[in-house]
Amino acid sequence: MYQYDEYDQRIVDERVAQFRDQTRRYLAGELSEDEFRPLRLQNGLYIQRHAPMLRIAVPYGNLRAKQVRMLAHIARTYDRGYGHFTTRQNLQFNWPKLEDVPEILAQLATVQMHAIQTSGNCIRNVTSDPFAGVAGDEQIDPRPWCEIVRQWSTFHPEFAYLPRKFKIAVNGATDDRAVIQVHDIGLDLKRDASGNIGFRVLVGGGLGRTPILGEEIAAFVPWQDILSYCEAVLRVYNLHGRRDNAYKARIKILVKALGIDAFRAQVEAEFAHLKGGPATLTEAEVARVARHFVDPVRETLPAENAAYAAQLAGNKAFAAWARRNVRAHKFAGYASVVLSLKQTGIAPGDITADQLDHVADLAERYSFGEVRVTHEQNLVLADVRQSELFAVWESARDAGLATPNIGLLTDIIACPGGDFCALANAKSIPIANAIQARFDDLDYLHDIGEIEINISGCMNACGHHHVGHIGVLGVDKNGEEWYQVTVGGDQGNDTALGKVIGPSFAAAEMPDVVSSLIRTYTEHRHPDERFIDTVRRVGVEPFKTRVYAEREQRKQAHV
Amino acid sequence: MSDIIKHGTLHTDDWTVVRVVEGEDLAALELPAGRVIVPLALWLARRDSLLAGAEAGVVGVWLAGTEDPATLAGDLLRLQLIAVDFPKFADGRGYSIATLLRARFGYAGELRAIGDVLRDQFFFYTRCGFDSLQPKEGKYSRAQLEAALASLKDFSEPYQGAVDRAEPLFRRQTRKEAA
Ligand code: SF4
Repeated sequence: MYQYDEYDQRIVDERVAQFRDQTRRYLAGELSEDEFRPLRLQNGLYIQRHAPMLRIAVPYGNLRAKQVRMLAHIARTYDRGYGHFTTRQNLQFNWPKLEDVPEILAQLATVQMHAIQTSGNCIRNVTSDPFAGVAGDEQIDPRPWCEIVRQWSTFHPEFAYLPRKFKIAVNGATDDRAVIQVHDIGLDLKRDASGNIGFRVLVGGGLGRTPILGEEIAAFVPWQDILSYCEAVLRVYNLHGRRDNAYKARIKILVKALGIDAFRAQVEAEFAHLKGGPATLTEAEVARVARHFVDPVRETLPAENAAYAAQLAGNKAFAAWARRNVRAHKFAGYASVVLSLKQTGIAPGDITADQLDHVADLAERYSFGEVRVTHEQNLVLADVRQSELFAVWESARDAGLATPNIGLLTDIIACPGGDFCALANAKSIPIANAIQARFDDLDYLHDIGEIEINISGCMNACGHHHVGHIGVLGVDKNGEEWYQVTVGGDQGNDTALGKVIGPSFAAAEMPDVVSSLIRTYTEHRHPDERFIDTVRRVGVEPFKTRVYAEREQRKQAHV
Repeated sequence: MSDIIKHGTLHTDDWTVVRVVEGEDLAALELPAGRVIVPLALWLARRDSLLAGAEAGVVGVWLAGTEDPATLAGDLLRLQLIAVDFPKFADGRGYSIATLLRARFGYAGELRAIGDVLRDQFFFYTRCGFDSLQPKEGKYSRAQLEAALASLKDFSEPYQGAVDRAEPLFRRQTRKEAA
């Protein structure tokens, strides 16, 4: 994992000093509310429903055990003993005091962490594959490139006040786990015919009010030029993106308005001036960063561990967990473990301080001291020996981190929604919990198989509802909380936006709606066909028909 | 007279920013006495009569965020002052305009940020090539502006190249390899 040198550390320390002074001036009345807002947002600080919310950057989802312990410490000292992992691989605290934030940032800086650009109209935390470096289908490790983009985008003076937020994601695997098609810039690592590394560049993707999938703007940008190319894209956007209407200010709207070809022409014209300039990456710099991400020294192990096989055969609960929460590893004898933050009754992505400490212990003991955050709001121990999976399971289970549901119906993605977020139309967490409670039979869950339910409390789509196999969106109907349901969304290589099935539902109906959708699926599915594949094959119609027919029956039954 | 920051220190300055309202007759508009910074449209409309003033350092031009700095490309050797207007401090187009004027078109004269110019953006302005900063009249007392000079030095070694330091950190300094 990347380790700061003196320059990285100084930048973060100087940021703490800067924000301390800004907060002081704000509290002294020298900075107006309007003037302070973008400054605090660019430090991840929101003013929420009940209290401020502080979003801490977890660059491309990578954490060290020491950092996880610091998060636990902050949760205990400055918050109510827990935090929330987000769909952008960051961590949010819901109850810090504004006056404490400079001190929190100072403590984070001691473990090479910060909250820089986790909100605001600037380049946000770059996101990537949580299985980077260990996935069997990886072509090129995205992490060094993420770090290079992180450094370039940190306090970029020209792009600190963009029309709107700007998100960059990097993928280096055959299966895109970074959802690059829904990012403002999606970078897809490639090799050309001669084996040189470069990027296929997508632009103009995004969810929110107007969900759009990114389009290819360049088939191959050599690695040396990637920062210059991004600079060209950002400059065209900064100068020409709309600033009159926040809902039309994302780059996707500019790309759509101009058309990808005209937009590309403008970017190419800009790039022609920048190409070969000082932003051109050097081999020395890439090598310097890449050295932080070399494989740890692993043991040479047999591909299959006999004890592990025996444990699987002898313990049904362990086998169920291993089936869902353990992933194959590129290295023989190792595996990746997903620690589920989706226990029924807990807000998806929430984690207590004690659990954070526990995760840090697990990481140190079993996984080279590193932890990854997934955009599905779970945690990953990327590098565990097969022979130790049983011990990891037992320990994780004791800490409530071993719900065997990864990829299953109860592994719900949900934004904080109306319980916390000031922008929400409706609550998300109780909906997630009600659906989880309905489907708490493990055998049934496994029978239903892989399915993704994503819930957002409003159009901003922090819960990525558009790309959920089942998407749930909180809407406001005359001051009441209602939920619009989509079906057929997907992430990854086959990223697709779900289709709205019809009129929205009351909160209490949501478990029934999901039941109806699942019944439709189990009735139509071919053997071994996933929910999303059935939807693709038979279309949305049968799902829609059944949901509203059964809703009608429920109504009749009530009168 | 207004207090401005120029080349990192406080100055008292006598340039007047001329703002015109929509539909005003640019040809007939009477310019105030003394040194003036006129809007681009006025400059273009009366360029012939203003050129001598520009060369003498008593007429400057300001650009709005919507205006293309390339329009001035032919006049950059004559103009001694160009300003870029920030209608709201959170409107960041001016950073790109400044960058283009300096890095693309090679403008070497005074480049001034005007409008909603606030101390918490000073660092970004100077990085993008502004060498003078003129906050709105009355926004800061002289003492506040004096204190605000500290914001010019918020970060000592930024990562990326920009107008003030063209080379990114990885070219500027030898960064040690990971241990
Ligand atoms: S989707 Fe809406 S309600 Fe949910 S966190 Fe984002 S802004 Fe808040």
